Amino acid sequence: MRAKSAFLTVAHRLAILAYVAFALFPLFWLLKVAVTPNDLLYSEGIRLWPSRASLEHFDFVLRHSAFPVFFRNSLIVSGSTAVVVTILASLSGYALSRFRFRGKYWLVTLMLLTQMFPLVMLVAPIFKILSPLGLTNSLTGLVIVYTAFNVPFATFLMQSFFDGIPKDLEEAAMIDGATQFVAFRQIILPLTLPGIAATLGFVFTAAWSELLFSLMLISGNEQATFPVGLLSFVSKFSVDFGQMMAAGVLALIPACLFFLLIQRYLVQGLTAGAVKG
Amino acid sequence: MASIDIANIQKSYGIHPVLHDVDLKIRDGEFVVLVGPSGCGKSTLLRMIAGLESVTAGEIRIAGKRVNELAPKDRDIAMVFQSYALYPHMSVEKNMSYSLRLRKTPRERIATVVTGAAAKLGLEPLLERRPRALSGGQRQRVAMGRAIVRQPKAFLFDEPLSNLDARLREQMRAEIKKLHKDLGATSIYVTHDQIEAMTLADRIVAMNAGVVQQVGSPLDLYDRPANLFVAGFIGSPGMNFFDGTYHAGDRPLFEIAGEISIPLDAPAPLANNAKATLGIRPEHIVLAGHEPETLLATVDLVEPTGFGIILHLSLGRTAFKAFTNDRSFLTASGTIPVHFPAHRLHFFDGEGNRV
Ligand SMILES: Nc1ncnc2c1ncn2[C@@H]1O[C@H](COP(=O)(O)OP(=O)(O)O)[C@@H](O)[C@H]1O
Ligand SMILES: [Mg+2]
Repeated sequence: MRAKSAFLTVAHRLAILAYVAFALFPLFWLLKVAVTPNDLLYSEGIRLWPSRASLEHFDFVLRHSAFPVFFRNSLIVSGSTAVVVTILASLSGYALSRFRFRGKYWLVTLMLLTQMFPLVMLVAPIFKILSPLGLTNSLTGLVIVYTAFNVPFATFLMQSFFDGIPKDLEEAAMIDGATQFVAFRQIILPLTLPGIAATLGFVFTAAWSELLFSLMLISGNEQATFPVGLLSFVSKFSVDFGQMMAAGVLALIPACLFFLLIQRYLVQGLTAGAVKG
Repeated sequence: MASIDIANIQKSYGIHPVLHDVDLKIRDGEFVVLVGPSGCGKSTLLRMIAGLESVTAGEIRIAGKRVNELAPKDRDIAMVFQSYALYPHMSVEKNMSYSLRLRKTPRERIATVVTGAAAKLGLEPLLERRPRALSGGQRQRVAMGRAIVRQPKAFLFDEPLSNLDARLREQMRAEIKKLHKDLGATSIYVTHDQIEAMTLADRIVAMNAGVVQQVGSPLDLYDRPANLFVAGFIGSPGMNFFDGTYHAGDRPLFEIAGEISIPLDAPAPLANNAKATLGIRPEHIVLAGHEPETLLATVDLVEPTGFGIILHLSLGRTAFKAFTNDRSFLTASGTIPVHFPAHRLHFFDGEGNRV
């Protein structure tokens, strides 16, 4: 019995280890290539770590490429999108969760409908709409498009978080002496923080890695976001793998920081409602 | 503390009426229990008093003042929810003091009051805990504590014990009664459990389908139920009913379904040949012969409860129950004599109202 359970534990850990290794290997490879000097990239064969590591690619990317511009653009676009979407989705999610109003059913249906189209179908019409408004080749245009595409899902996400908070709590607070707004701020909002964090994180990463619209709506380096910028390391005659990977590693940093910041809430959020109580 | 007047209250959700003309005067310090089956509108009435539901028609007055349009926070009442509705992100102490903090009560006064309430409810060792780290019974106590820290005009309870197991429910029931004795506060208590209603209430309001059926002391409702609904709802096991026809005469009879007649000791307040329903509680049936005619009932089933025995009997095709403490009936079988004493009988007319 003892031996069997010990065996199961070991097997369990090994399985997890295998999964983690599989999931993280591409990231490791990214880092490995990023620190491999150019002269060793093709000459050493396949090995787990180069015989000589250097930061020259990082140096080049940061000082001699347009990467800092891409990075700044991405930060602006993703940050703005995340904030705008989360505010809108919190409000609409609260309304869907708590209020009964006319046309609610159709509104929800319409929002679901927007999630059904493949994005590729929509690129041309969106370009047509944004172009006369001067919103192509502009970060504002990107924020608007990303916001539009993320609000429906984020609304449903926020609604489910509000749904998970019993109405009794607001009512108890109002009987305790709070106005509806104070009850919202002191009771409901603190309980929704995990949901807000999850929504922020979800939208931020979605916008951070979005390529299709960015590629179609932006031309030239000035307004390019980082996924598009990565393509500039691919030239007609060669691919600068080292620099590309270094840029990739740098691009991971804000996403990692962001998740580090909200992970406490996120874990709560993803498991909220899993157990009653 | 205050009186609460409910004057011709009506409530509809859209076109669906939920409460019809409820009229009720609750005296200062009184413990009133609203009892009725699920869905009869008890919670709706309570929530209207709390200000959580709008009033479709009629008027609610607390301490003589009309409150129909007043927000819950301005009505100065406290409520204990069935779900307890404790704030999950606050400690027990913060939960209990929330209403006082909202009112900007001085810190020292909050500390005194919360400590006092915690002592009363045995919550002192738990003050720093979050609700999720409490058992069901402890959560219930915190919910009570949250209500008693301020001196509200009235306490409202919406099935506060429904989520507890039977043993704990009994214990909390007694504590609520003691608490009411201590505080003497006007209380309205909603439950679907007639035992809770009987044990707690100064006055019971029995409701069915949004209509008040009877208002009275627990023993009033037990001894003189106003109609079939109240008669069947109060008491466990429930009252037996026999539909039949009354025959007056020197030896009055109640004939059930043409086969069998129940001899009556005394004339009933019914017209000759009137169709009616006869009711008698299981614990009031005498299991012995009664001269000159002995009525014999067939024993279908014997259910010992420990405290007593529930006998499932039948007269012809009409089944009924009798309750006795006499253990010799544990082995009862075949037929046994039964007697329905006249002063224990209830008669209801065709509309189901007491006559
Ligand atoms: N928000 C609502 N909308 C529509 N109908 C409701 C609503 N709340 C309660 N009802 C209806 O009102 C009736 C009474 O409900 P309630 O007061 O909760 O009953 P009880 O507390 O006696 O079980 C029920 O039939 C219920 O379906
Ligand atoms: Mg209810």
